[in-house]
Amino acid sequence: MTYHKSSASKSLAALGDPTRRAIFERLAASPAAVGEIARGLPVSRPAVSQHLRVLKAAGLVRETASGTRHIYRLDPRGIGAMRAWLDRHWRSALDGFREFADDHHDEEEDSR
Amino acid sequence: MSIAPIVHSVEVKAAPARAFELFTMQMSRWWPQGGTIGGKPHAAIIIEPQPGGRWFERDEDGKETQWGKVLAWEPPGRVLLGWQIDCKWGFDPGLLTEVEINFAPLAAGGTRVTLVHRDLERFGADAAGHVQKLNGGWPTRLRNFADFTGT
Repeated sequence: MTYHKSSASKSLAALGDPTRRAIFERLAASPAAVGEIARGLPVSRPAVSQHLRVLKAAGLVRETASGTRHIYRLDPRGIGAMRAWLDRHWRSALDGFREFADDHHDEEEDSR
Repeated sequence: MSIAPIVHSVEVKAAPARAFELFTMQMSRWWPQGGTIGGKPHAAIIIEPQPGGRWFERDEDGKETQWGKVLAWEPPGRVLLGWQIDCKWGFDPGLLTEVEINFAPLAAGGTRVTLVHRDLERFGADAAGHVQKLNGGWPTRLRNFADFTGT
């Protein structure tokens, strides 16, 4: 797991906890209110709320109010962070390719 | 939810056929160091040159880790690869995002190499899909999404 060593993040830390991962997974399946989340897990509602606060602070989950209900769902900016990583990766890879290609473009024989 | 594709391009001195060859057949030699997913540094990165061919890395012990597959192989102008590395940096045959590389000749000689990585929203759908498949067994799979988004 070479890539993310260099960019430790709140998101990763937030998901280091198995209960928070379970909550995150639950929300990946569909948005849900605290009570719905708690029903599927062996933890109390207050505990779920506490975990949701951590996930929100890490930018992984967001909350919307629907009447008196608070609905939690995954924050699409999380995928945005992944996109940002890939963007940097491909920029760097293509720069590496250009340098390599310009050094070797007139070679006759190649080795793998 | 739709996510804008990643697009980058570079100009190289080589003609398209040569650029295509260097890109696809000698990836081991220019891929960023450390930019692989196996447990050990890569000894080779290999694209099997035909549709359906595998895209994989091989470490010094000969262990192979697949990254994806060839969707279209059209030298010297274009190659379309399936990137199937999921959020935990593992190969996932159920995930498919597209990496298209075009090699266009430049008037002054040389080639413009343009890379597009698209279908990025599938990383999220992938995570949700796994949850549905696993149906209640709280899996380790979502950790994938977490690791990926956490970078």
